[in-house]
Amino acid sequence: MIEKKNLWNSKIAAAALLDSVKKLDPRKMIKNPVMFVVEVGSVLTTLLLIDNTVHHRAGFGFNLQITLWLWFTVVFANFAEAMAEGRGKAQADTLRKARGETIAQRYAASGELEEVASSALRAGNVIYIPAGQYIAGDGEVIEGVASVDESAITGESAPVIREAGGDRSAVTGGTKVLSDWIKVKITSNPGETFLDRMIALVEGASRQKTPNEIALSILLSGLTIVFLLAVVTLQPFAIYSKAPQTVFVLVSLLVCLIPTTIGGLLSAIGIAGMDRLVQYNVLAMSGRAVEAAGDVNTLLLDKTGTITLGNRQAVEFMPAPSISAERMADAAQLASLSDETPEGRSIVVLAKTQYNLRGRDLGSIHAEFVPFTAQTRMSGVNIPGTRIRKGSVDAITRFLEEQGSSLPQKVRESVEEIARAGGTPLVVAENATALGVIYLKDIVKGGLKERLARLRAMGIRTIMITGDNPLTAAVIAREAGVDDFLAEAKPKDKMDLIKREQGRGKLVAMTGDGTNDAPALAQADVGVAMNSGTQAAKEAGNMVDLDSNPTKLIEIVEIGKQLLMTRGALTTFSIANDVAKYFAIIPAMFAGVFPVLNALNIMYLRSPQSAILSAVIFNAIIIIALIPLALKGVKYEPKPADVLLRRNLLIYGVGGMVVPFIGIKAIDMALAFLHLA
Amino acid sequence: MSANGWLQFFVYSIVLLLTVKPVGLYLARVLEGKRTWLDPVLGPVERLIYKLSGVNAEHEMHWRQYAYAVLGFSAVSMVITYAIERLQAALPVWNPQKLSAVGPDLAWNTAASFTTNTNWQSYTPETTMSYLTQMAALATHNFFSGAVGIVVAVALVRGIQRTSSKTIGNFWVDTTRALLYVLLPACVIYALLLVTQGVPQNLAKYTAAHTLEQSSQAQANQTQTIAQGPVASQEAIKMLGTNGGGFFNANSAHPYENPTPFTNFLQMLSIFIIPAGLTYALGRMTGSQGHGWAVFAAMFVLFAAGFTTLYWAESQPHPLLHGASQTTVASGETGNYEGKEVRFGISQSSLFAEITTAASCGAVNSVHDSYTPLGGMVVLTNILLGEVIFGGVGSGLYGMLIFVVLAVFIAGLMVGRTPEYLGKKIDAYDVKMSMLYVLIFPLIILTLTAVFVLSPTIGLPALTNNGPHGLSEILYAFTSATGNNGSAFAGLSANTWWYNVALGWAMLAGRFLMLIPVLALAGNMAQKKSVPPSPGTFPVNGWLFTVLLVGVVLILGALTFFPALSLGPILEHLLLHAGQTF
Repeated sequence: MIEKKNLWNSKIAAAALLDSVKKLDPRKMIKNPVMFVVEVGSVLTTLLLIDNTVHHRAGFGFNLQITLWLWFTVVFANFAEAMAEGRGKAQADTLRKARGETIAQRYAASGELEEVASSALRAGNVIYIPAGQYIAGDGEVIEGVASVDESAITGESAPVIREAGGDRSAVTGGTKVLSDWIKVKITSNPGETFLDRMIALVEGASRQKTPNEIALSILLSGLTIVFLLAVVTLQPFAIYSKAPQTVFVLVSLLVCLIPTTIGGLLSAIGIAGMDRLVQYNVLAMSGRAVEAAGDVNTLLLDKTGTITLGNRQAVEFMPAPSISAERMADAAQLASLSDETPEGRSIVVLAKTQYNLRGRDLGSIHAEFVPFTAQTRMSGVNIPGTRIRKGSVDAITRFLEEQGSSLPQKVRESVEEIARAGGTPLVVAENATALGVIYLKDIVKGGLKERLARLRAMGIRTIMITGDNPLTAAVIAREAGVDDFLAEAKPKDKMDLIKREQGRGKLVAMTGDGTNDAPALAQADVGVAMNSGTQAAKEAGNMVDLDSNPTKLIEIVEIGKQLLMTRGALTTFSIANDVAKYFAIIPAMFAGVFPVLNALNIMYLRSPQSAILSAVIFNAIIIIALIPLALKGVKYEPKPADVLLRRNLLIYGVGGMVVPFIGIKAIDMALAFLHLA
Repeated sequence: MSANGWLQFFVYSIVLLLTVKPVGLYLARVLEGKRTWLDPVLGPVERLIYKLSGVNAEHEMHWRQYAYAVLGFSAVSMVITYAIERLQAALPVWNPQKLSAVGPDLAWNTAASFTTNTNWQSYTPETTMSYLTQMAALATHNFFSGAVGIVVAVALVRGIQRTSSKTIGNFWVDTTRALLYVLLPACVIYALLLVTQGVPQNLAKYTAAHTLEQSSQAQANQTQTIAQGPVASQEAIKMLGTNGGGFFNANSAHPYENPTPFTNFLQMLSIFIIPAGLTYALGRMTGSQGHGWAVFAAMFVLFAAGFTTLYWAESQPHPLLHGASQTTVASGETGNYEGKEVRFGISQSSLFAEITTAASCGAVNSVHDSYTPLGGMVVLTNILLGEVIFGGVGSGLYGMLIFVVLAVFIAGLMVGRTPEYLGKKIDAYDVKMSMLYVLIFPLIILTLTAVFVLSPTIGLPALTNNGPHGLSEILYAFTSATGNNGSAFAGLSANTWWYNVALGWAMLAGRFLMLIPVLALAGNMAQKKSVPPSPGTFPVNGWLFTVLLVGVVLILGALTFFPALSLGPILEHLLLHAGQTF
């Protein structure tokens, strides 16, 4: 659904421009104290400008320009916010189309089907959806299996299977059943569906200030008061020095000093952070969760599907003594031909590549497939006179013992060797003879090791969660490069681990999809639920990954960090800017009465009026200039904190001091060129 | 500037550096309630004090209780000081000069001044305060107010160090231990040292001496009254507690207060010794010695920069005195000698002035009003930065820690984590309290200065200089009071009803209004969990953090006060070089 959009999409920009004027409403402005002060200043100068004009006082041109640029400052800040919101609105519109009114077939109390509007559905209703129809609301499949097109939500065009029971039972309103039919029990009332929440989120309608934003707002408000004090008391000092100032000049100084750059861009940064997540197909239920993602200390990663490919692959046949490798491979292949599991298929492939054994037609040899069951824990084939089985050591041992045989010592050693290496041994037996062991290996996802190294560089500890025994877990953990592992983990162990880490003050992130993951997802500071998961998991987590890709946690953490860094960088930049503005404005204010103060005019600005105007203009257009940075975020590299700090202090601290000297000087020259001051 | 002058600075710095660790270790032991080598002697005394006063030493206080205790203790002792001043004529003992009662506004101002560790003196001590007042009211307060500063700093450090704790210590225990194990024993030794150098310690009447100089009318030798009294005992705590209130009007320029080069060195050292040691105690108590040193380094960098500028400014020959030699024969130092003791010369005066304003001591051995405009700006700026360059005992550390919290908050985001300080996440409440602390300071200084410079009836008549220098004088007075420094720029006749009352309030607000947010911060920090450090943690040690901290202190201070300074000392400096003086 979400394709990367051009930052300056003209349609969005036009709408944002209109919005930024609407946002001048003081009731809205007061939520941003810094910009509210600028607005009050603008109103003040506007009124004075009118008064001065009525009384034909001098200085109209300069005062008008100051007043206009003060208004521009407010509008530019509003524009930044409106731009960020606009990008979300465009996404919301797409989603809204999916939500459109549909007709649902509901089971009435009598058990008959009745046609109702989707808006009439309530939690608890049961509906029937045949192929070709849209699902009218969020719910759980209670009967049937169907392929569902979820592209409206995920952007993924390949259909997914939704079926009753298990972890693939959740369906989302607005998606379409492609084949077969399902019965769905509705779980949310109209207006509270997943789609509704998504729309509200991307639009920023339900956006609340995050804890860190609140703290930063307090800092900025405090600084604003300090500068208000400095400017208000400057007038008495100026009067004492017999060099009183006009309100236009004082308001200009105030607006230049208060942190308008970060004040104007703060909410845009927050909205853009959520938006960046959406571009990665991740929905954060709150800004707080995005912030927490940046702070994560510990990452819990499930082994299967996250660290390793979801399935194991056969890599070696280890025949028992006095059994030839070909014979064993042949039996193993026979036993696997009808086994459609990835493991089974990999055995067939290995036998083919290593011993050039081709698949045979099972029907011609009257073979009968014996599927895997939880009771026997084996699978295989029965050919008249021969029973071939493959399975875990315990299962095959039992199989052999039932026939009065036993597992040879040599085979047992092979089993242990494989286990030590982190693999899964699969023993093959033909009647009462153990033929050997197949080495099934977990394959670590490509590039994962590098990604985990990035996390380590950020100071994040990764813990692998697996149901494997500690021996196997240790090998995979080493191979993947995780810092620690939790072996033989049951859902409760996961929960305990999270609580233990949190007890040490750490923030924990995890992914999950099953209903039994829900408590841990809720407990974790960042719980990313897979969209393919159950409704319970999605409710419990504070983010949903629409692509259901567990490794995306790493991107989520990086986006969180980037959001925080952008905020810090622009705050530092904003404060550092003030140094140059003082050197522009203070000499300009007093050089008329005390020409010696021109010594402070180190930028050699042409005239006092030009100096003040240049500072005000710089202050306004720097907001516009930084909108792309606010929306895209500062560049993030996984480096230790001290390296990041050194780099960012240099760029945004030292740079923040130097840039306005250059900018103000350039504007001063431009104003002179245009004869504006 | 001379090689000798720089040598003084380096010797001073090295000796100071050598004291940091031992003093810090001792302070940490005392304040953590551990045994010290003085325990065999003082332990029983300490327990006796608790027994007699009914203090339960095991009881820990919530930050609000701690704040009430600080305020209550200070209020009661302030009232007592006021009473002694008002009643000194009627009290039977230790008033050999039969000095009359101190007037109500001056008594208020002085009581506020000594309670707040400011020691602003709107009066001439030797003609105003009886020996009893000097000892019982003023010197006692030097101990009390110093101890209060130390314990508040320790409460904040505890807040940083503790996790999931509701309490931050016991005010009565902390104060008792700070007094009993630190200030009292140190001052006993210090006072005796001063006596060996010739500082008087008696209760005698002033001596009338006949000088060789003859009065023109009477043809008789002139008489001179030589003031004296229990000087050494007050001098010790005056420096060690960064109080600064002189026994005599001339303060440490007076030969009885500061008779020898050794005492001068000792005085300078004793101003910084506890504030510097506290940075080590901070590292020790929080388990991050590197952080302690980083804070020390930031303070030291600001101190060294201030001294360099000040010494340079004072070493410039006066631009308007063409042709006249401005070099003394004795030391070979060139520069501005106005208002400086010839005994100390330019380097020792500059060093003393830098130290006494960087720390909120306020003792002086030269007249800051007579410094060059830029030199005057340095001492003024030292105070305007919030008295955090070592600062007052305790108050310097807690003031600097507020800046640390702000520095961590502003720059901490840039490492991609919500800011955390030594494992504690900085939340909205912490920022609110820190900003409150940062706000109150300029609010008082700028508002009161603005009111007084605008008022032709209450503000301006006290000025003896006009123009930008007059602005500096009024600004300095309110800055010194609010920063609890107490040094005077002089040139301002501040012993008027309006100034006494306003400065009194400025001192109280600058101390207690700012100390409440500090304790609130301590309380909020204490109840948090601590996140163990990792490579992703914001580093609060090392040179980078030191640079950051220095930058934040300078930028916040400069941005707040630059407009005022530009119309004061900066304008005066520029006008002086254009040939205009005030």
